[in-house]
Amino acid sequence: MPEQLIAFVKRDCPTCELVAPVLAQLAGSGELTVYTQDDPAFPADIATVIDDTRLDESHRRGIEIVPTVLRVSGDAEQARIVGWDKSEWQSFTGVADLGTDLIDWKAGCGAINVEPAVLEQLKIRFGETGIESRRVELGTAEDEIEAMYERDWSDGLPLVPPTEVRVLRMLQGTARDPQESLGKCPPNMGELTVEKVAVNAVLAGCKPEYLPVVLAAAEAVLDDAFGMHGVLATTMYVSPVLVVNGPIRNRIGMNSGVNALGQGNRANATIGRAVQLIIRNVGGGKPGEVDRANLGNPGKYTYCFAEDEEGSCWSPLSADFGFDGGESTVTAFTGYGLQGIVDQKARDPESLCQTFAAALRSMSNPKIVPAGDAMLVVCPEHERVFRDAGWSKQQLSERLYELIQIPGAELVAGVGGIAEGIPESMADGTYSKIRPGGLLIVRAGGGAGMFSGIIGGWLASGPVGSVPVTRQIK
Amino acid sequence: MTILVDPTGETASVNRQRPERPPALNGLSVGILDISKARGNVFLDRLDERFVAAGVKVNRYRKPTFARPAPTELRQQIATEVDLLVEGLAD
Repeated sequence: MPEQLIAFVKRDCPTCELVAPVLAQLAGSGELTVYTQDDPAFPADIATVIDDTRLDESHRRGIEIVPTVLRVSGDAEQARIVGWDKSEWQSFTGVADLGTDLIDWKAGCGAINVEPAVLEQLKIRFGETGIESRRVELGTAEDEIEAMYERDWSDGLPLVPPTEVRVLRMLQGTARDPQESLGKCPPNMGELTVEKVAVNAVLAGCKPEYLPVVLAAAEAVLDDAFGMHGVLATTMYVSPVLVVNGPIRNRIGMNSGVNALGQGNRANATIGRAVQLIIRNVGGGKPGEVDRANLGNPGKYTYCFAEDEEGSCWSPLSADFGFDGGESTVTAFTGYGLQGIVDQKARDPESLCQTFAAALRSMSNPKIVPAGDAMLVVCPEHERVFRDAGWSKQQLSERLYELIQIPGAELVAGVGGIAEGIPESMADGTYSKIRPGGLLIVRAGGGAGMFSGIIGGWLASGPVGSVPVTRQIK
Repeated sequence: MTILVDPTGETASVNRQRPERPPALNGLSVGILDISKARGNVFLDRLDERFVAAGVKVNRYRKPTFARPAPTELRQQIATEVDLLVEGLAD
């Protein structure tokens, strides 16, 4: 096979401008073919410049720097040089007097085909995205947002269209293989891959940097102990509630402060929404079908927040699940809504514990024990009461458990004029409102307002139904 | 043309799903929408008679003109009143 030289250049490169006369010299002797990335009229002195403004050949040849000169035999590359190095070019081309009047050395410039946005388009055009999900072609007259509603992908709010380029960018948020399986997603047991998580994260409006949190959250809700099928299928209001701990909270700008459980923070809002959309789209879990919630709760759109670790005198929630402070985690808890606890007068821990316990005992129905797990979200002004008295989270938890032991006589059906309750035969016992290990305590919220909250759990809390699951975010 | 990546478990067709065909008309109510094309009623009246003879409840609706989409109010009324709709085109 005869050998020949192929050069890749762009006008918007001073080094390419510099070597243009050299390229003209080589092209004139018929040894060189020149591809230009930006301007087919450059280099001006070469008659047969090939227009590569579509960048197909540049991409196919893996050009990263211009100028690049390849030596090829047939179609096979034998060697390449990049930038301008006079002696290197002379020995590479075998032309001893090549460019003698030029400076000795000048670095090249970045090739257009490897600019990030351009490279994505080339990967899509060349079918190199690695995205294996099937493609949905919309009709020319179809509105993207309406088309996604028509296909029943939405939770009721508009979605971000999952174009190939958006999914490709989302996948750059993780080093994991897009085809890695996270398991089967309830209720229809669709295969949940990293790629499917990414597509739904796009729908939800996530940034790529949120993807590791969504992946860990998805792993948590797919854990058999979490019992996602039952959490979805129950007639109760519950759904996954996600709490994020560790350094990633601040790196992705999550809200753990003012309005932590409310609207307005993109990371909080979209991470929780992505998990819900995964259950809907990959799992096939939809209201009125397998989702039989009689009321549901607004958190079924999204329910995700971060713990305010910096402001807390307590160890974070993740530590309760055996993780250390340097690790980022997400905890999935089966919960609903928010039950407020107002106490603006408590200045000592015992008084505040009495208030917390009274609120906990009222969960679901004061006559029902156990009433499901509970996540106690302690606001800063309430936490301060315990901080000032030197109370650890463990002390708080132990005192609350003492205060939520209820004599059976108070719980018997009919007592207090409430038909709900336990059988008379159980009246002599004492019953805990929350099962051991079922009370989770986190600190979050704004600095003003002595208003904590309880996120109530599922009546089927525990191994029979759902237990909280924490996963490390990698 | 916009191309999207399917976010679902891919157990259903990529095309928009049609509502499932009911196995029988028993207990269902059927709407008949006359789009106001000339003599459409000749055909639709016969359908109406057949439905009624089969014991099916029929509601009749009429678009103001065949040349425009049905008004929103009419579409909402139909959607809330009947399970199935026959929309006839005739000349």
